[in-house]
Amino acid sequence: MGFDQYHEPPEELSAETRTFARLCASLEEESQAIGWYQQRLAVERDAEARAIMADAQGEEFKHFAMDLEALLRRTPRWRAIAEGVLFQGGDIVENGEAAEAASEDVGNGADAPPEGSAAANVGAGSGGATVGDGSLGIGSLRGEGR
Amino acid sequence: MNHLLRGIAPLSDGNWELLDDEARERLHGPLAARRLVDFAGPRGWEHSATNLGRTEELSPPDGEGVAGLRRRVLPLVELRADFSIERAELAADDRDAVDADLEPLDEAALRIATCENVAVFHGWADAGIVGIAEASPFAPVALGVAEDYPRCVARAVESVRAAGVGGPYGLALSPEEYTRVIETAEHGGYPLFDHLAKILIGGPIVWAPGVEGAVVVSLRGGDFLFESGQDLAIGYDHHDADAVALYLQESFSFVVATPEAAAPLGR
Repeated sequence: MGFDQYHEPPEELSAETRTFARLCASLEEESQAIGWYQQRLAVERDAEARAIMADAQGEEFKHFAMDLEALLRRTPRWRAIAEGVLFQGGDIVENGEAAEAASEDVGNGADAPPEGSAAANVGAGSGGATVGDGSLGIGSLRGEGR
Repeated sequence: MNHLLRGIAPLSDGNWELLDDEARERLHGPLAARRLVDFAGPRGWEHSATNLGRTEELSPPDGEGVAGLRRRVLPLVELRADFSIERAELAADDRDAVDADLEPLDEAALRIATCENVAVFHGWADAGIVGIAEASPFAPVALGVAEDYPRCVARAVESVRAAGVGGPYGLALSPEEYTRVIETAEHGGYPLFDHLAKILIGGPIVWAPGVEGAVVVSLRGGDFLFESGQDLAIGYDHHDADAVALYLQESFSFVVATPEAAAPLGR
């Protein structure tokens, strides 16, 4: 088993970043599989085989969407940009440029703090240690001690 | 900048980080309901209602042979706890003081967390929220002296289990009952806390300000649904030369899907 999803020494990365990298690797694999099935469907003439391939491709669509959603939930700036691009009408490139510009004060982008710093894994949120919507990011406390 | 108006407050980035960290730490302990019920969201400040999947009949505006129905929803409610911080304390924080006075924030955090617990466990009639304890079909088990707690909690757990609702189970205790539990050792020195944890099949025992007595709840999932609109956040209201007026705020709804998945205990 390889560990190619890590670009930096794994022992220097936090558990959160290693999980993030694994999700990115999964996203890449799902999109690759979608492309492969698309090519097979383009050349396969057997109806039964085509039905199976189409069903399998549907699974990959689902896996890709789940991986992407998990990554977006963990990355406020990525999410902010995605919200300006995905499921929007109009010019995709223009939407992308506008969403990127509007996201500049949202945290967890390329200016994410170093591993281990107090500000890691939170966003700027108008000047404090908040997530993208300005909240404290508390959410569910199931499974946590008092 | 969103409705919290954090960007126009006279606070440095360091001040905001101090306040956010303090709020997070002070809320973590008393937010008991979030340790025991399902949490969905946050859906955003704009999210206004929870779908109940139910309807009520309406008279159609015209004609016979046409039925009218209106969808029923549960509106989200907003909680807000105001507080103010002395600007001198914020200036001291900017100079790296380690003892800035944030007591007003600490008190606001406890107030809003307690209010959330009360709404979830005992209901909020004006908001249309029915609490876990008041929805339960079981009569409250009477809490006696601390040494009787294992029997009382076991009886409450058995009520829920006999109704077909599996575990593990959690136990929300009022601060008074919680103190009583952790102070008590049974015969042979065995801590009461550990004995109760075994009865709950490993579920958590939770310090729950705002709860009256205690409540046993199933943790199997799908029985108690807390939907967050905007999760807890600090917003800016106004300031003068001496202090900055801020607030803690959230929006949420709460629905009991399975009343028999909980059993109250009381005095």
